[in-house]
Amino acid sequence: MVIGMRAINKKLLRDFRRLSLQAVAIALVLACGVAILLTSVGMHKALSETRDAYYERNRFADVFAQAKRVPLSLLPEIERIDGVIGVEARISGAAILDIAGSTRTAVGHIISYPESSEPLLNVPVLVSGRLPDPLKSDEVLVNAPFAEANKFQLDDTFGANINGQKRELVIVGTALSPEFVYTIGPGALMPDNEAFGIIWMPERTVAAAFDMDGAFNDVSLSLAAGIQQDAVIDRLDILLAPYGGLAAYGRSNHQSDAFLDAQLKELKGMAIVLPPVFFAISGFLVSMVMSRIITLERSEIGLLKAVGYTNAEICLHYLMLAALVAVVGVVIGWITGTALARATAWQYAQFFDFPYVIFQVPYWVYAVAGLAGVATTSLGAAQGALKAATLAPAIAMQPPSPPRFKRTFMDDAMARMRLTQSTVMILRSLLRWPLRSTFTALGLALAVASVISATFISDALDEIIDFAFHQTNRQDAMLLFAEDLPEAALEDVRNLPGVLQAEGQQFHAAKLRNGHLEKRVTIESRHPDSNLSRILDTDGNTVDTPAGGIVLSERLAEQLGAQVGEQIQVEFLSGRRETVQVGVTMIVELHFGLGAYMDFEYMNALFRQAPRISAANITLDKSQINALHAAIKNTPRIAGLAEMTENRRSFQATIEQNVFVMNTIYVVIAVLITIGVTYNAARIQLSERARELASLRILGFGRGEVSYILMGEMMLIAVIAQPFGWLIGSWIAQLMTNAFTSDLYAIPLILKPATFTKASLVVLIASALSLLIVQRRLDRLDLVSAMKTRE
Amino acid sequence: MAGMIFKTEGVTKVYETGEVKIFALAGVDLALYESEFTVLLGPSGSGKSTLLNILGGLDHATDGRVWFKDIELTNMSERALTKFRRDHVGFVFQFYNLMPSLTALENVQLVTDVAPDPMPADEALEMVGLGKRMNHFPSEMSGGEQQRVAIARAIAKRPQILLCDEPTGALDSKTGVQVLEVLRDINEKFGTTTVVITHNADIQRMAHRVIFFQDGKISEVRVNENRLAPAEITW
Repeated sequence: MVIGMRAINKKLLRDFRRLSLQAVAIALVLACGVAILLTSVGMHKALSETRDAYYERNRFADVFAQAKRVPLSLLPEIERIDGVIGVEARISGAAILDIAGSTRTAVGHIISYPESSEPLLNVPVLVSGRLPDPLKSDEVLVNAPFAEANKFQLDDTFGANINGQKRELVIVGTALSPEFVYTIGPGALMPDNEAFGIIWMPERTVAAAFDMDGAFNDVSLSLAAGIQQDAVIDRLDILLAPYGGLAAYGRSNHQSDAFLDAQLKELKGMAIVLPPVFFAISGFLVSMVMSRIITLERSEIGLLKAVGYTNAEICLHYLMLAALVAVVGVVIGWITGTALARATAWQYAQFFDFPYVIFQVPYWVYAVAGLAGVATTSLGAAQGALKAATLAPAIAMQPPSPPRFKRTFMDDAMARMRLTQSTVMILRSLLRWPLRSTFTALGLALAVASVISATFISDALDEIIDFAFHQTNRQDAMLLFAEDLPEAALEDVRNLPGVLQAEGQQFHAAKLRNGHLEKRVTIESRHPDSNLSRILDTDGNTVDTPAGGIVLSERLAEQLGAQVGEQIQVEFLSGRRETVQVGVTMIVELHFGLGAYMDFEYMNALFRQAPRISAANITLDKSQINALHAAIKNTPRIAGLAEMTENRRSFQATIEQNVFVMNTIYVVIAVLITIGVTYNAARIQLSERARELASLRILGFGRGEVSYILMGEMMLIAVIAQPFGWLIGSWIAQLMTNAFTSDLYAIPLILKPATFTKASLVVLIASALSLLIVQRRLDRLDLVSAMKTRE
Repeated sequence: MAGMIFKTEGVTKVYETGEVKIFALAGVDLALYESEFTVLLGPSGSGKSTLLNILGGLDHATDGRVWFKDIELTNMSERALTKFRRDHVGFVFQFYNLMPSLTALENVQLVTDVAPDPMPADEALEMVGLGKRMNHFPSEMSGGEQQRVAIARAIAKRPQILLCDEPTGALDSKTGVQVLEVLRDINEKFGTTTVVITHNADIQRMAHRVIFFQDGKISEVRVNENRLAPAEITW
């Protein structure tokens, strides 16, 4: 103890030590809030700053467009578009890769690399090695994750089937690019770096391979600050239209950036929603404990006043006690939050392909978290502290009068039920302090909700997997063609080794419009009797696309504000680029992407073409899979093979780990809240009623009978809290499905009885265990002193 | 003379706080007799309450032996002591120790629910003159009334002994006398052995037997030949 410390401060420290267990229970809840705030804000900051820095340093473009073949002579025209300050024209294309030692078919996305200087936009960062020599046609740069996944060293080679030409390529360097922070291969649902790589090749080699001398098929623009990108996109579309231009798009439709953006939104939501809940609970706990302490210390307060302490000093004394709790919580939160943020940053760096992560939780976040912690606990303590300050000394020195109980309508009901006196005591106590009972129940309900909101995700993901892989996409793999082929090509597909069944599918990029609402999507079409790739209606029944019109997925229909029976505008971005009016015939369920479907014959009629297919869905004889891969590597017209089993495996692996981590965190949080609430509530009850309970023991009640009164009340509150917890949990789950739903995927709201059971079990068991700790104190109750002391 | 109801032999009680040993009782030999009204008198800290706690089965002696009739309480288990209290002992405390969440009637029922041969709770309240206040909560009663509820609660089980620790300590003289009258009535009507602790010397004049305490020991035992009625006592 510090020498010369004022006695009142010594009292403060001793009080704190006496309350240490309760204080720690509260501090841990507070620490959760602080840690989550630090982690989510820190991560949001790290991710957005890293992204911004990366985009700026490496000049990530603002507008992107692809076309068939555009003469270089069009470039000056594009440069003259109002607001455009940079143009990068490239040649890009796909290639089937042949990687030694791997039987799987990998797909490469080839991008040309300028010879004279570095690219103007979307500049790759060299991670290892060097840039390819423009004079050597076999030297390439690959994206680092692809090299890592395939265990490539510098100077390793791999085969590539580029536009029908097989060649051997040498890796001279690895790189990362702002365009590919998050990369998904064609037909895949999750990144699979082993099967999809980005390949930068010298411009002249790519031009020769794709027959693009004097032309380009991929263009990126950067815009001056404050420029309306829609006008630029419209102008670019007009310029590229004669050259097979697919509609240009901004960053929001850029796959990698859209995904990053969704992640940032999620973190922001987390930072806004979760910490206040924890702060509120800890504030409530402090107020509970504080009002109890003030009641216990009435006579001491009276004495302090009698000897001349001012009201302000006394008020401050109790606020400081709350502040001490806050300091402990904030410091624990700072430490765990920093560690957690650092760990997540590292995980994100793995998940997203950044060359570096700018990680620094800004000091203001520590300050805000700290202030919020101190402020909420002080607020919680305020009422008690003010009560202490305003107690008249003469009254404070006297023992308080017994708590007022009044007869209510409930009493007659209880009398009729012939409850025992102990049960009557439990029920009266619940009703006597309705606010306290409600808040205690609410705290426990939040704990239940916390578990539900985490566990429902695994059921939702199971549903997604079942839906995506067992109900709708039942094919083993999808063969993607380099360009649309006549339907007769299906026969060739069936003749490939190991192929058991093959069904064709056609894809067309299009812009859908309904009034001012517009969405760029890919329309799928297939024969009505297709069995491998199916669509389901909102009730889960398999349906065929009706002969005319368009079928929309729920989220797409929502975004377009379109309903069944309405006409919407479809602007095809390929073929003759015609715009047609079609009727919405049906709305279906879909978890991945924004689906739109048309009947196969209707689509061909709209395109005025003989039936063509863009891909083939196949089922496989698994024993011949290697032969199939080998055959595909030699088939120039196949642009890729998307294996559904691989998709499912990578999807499951990615989410299982995340779900496990998330579940664990939320269960720990639930347990902390439960302990914080139950332990404190029971301790307070015990100190308030110690004399009452000891009197019962003296009157001849056994330990079990006495603890029934205290524990019974707490467990009754815990049980009452359950249905509310279920409700709040379902509501949070609903919020989460909305928050996590993006154009990329939708999380369905799946709430199973097992989820509720698990949540209730976690909370009830944690409650019971916290009560056991209090029970030990109850057993040690000093009967003799309880008789003597007024309080 | 009536039979012996409590007997102690060399009872000591030592409280050890750190290195200091405090002898609350330093060898007490005592005999209490059935149906007697006994007053334990002495200054604070003289050991009266400690002895009462040991007799009532709330505490164990450090040394010595204690009998209730033929039953030895000395080394009784916690559970057996609970049963002893439940079946035989009524307690009245200085601060009443009522359950604030139960009405007067319910406070008494608390005991009648578990006692083997209780009287009806309302009858016990009638006996202490609270027949009309049965459905009031403690917060709605005066101190004297609360103490009378506590007495009703103590006698409702028809205890063989009534142990009262400063029953009038928190009351003014007039209310105190009312409480003492109730205690005397019960003692006379049921023959309940009654032990009252007080440091109010005037109360000794209504007792059959007065035991004086000093420094953890009995300094004197006096038998009153002429008892006063409570109403004749003032302080």
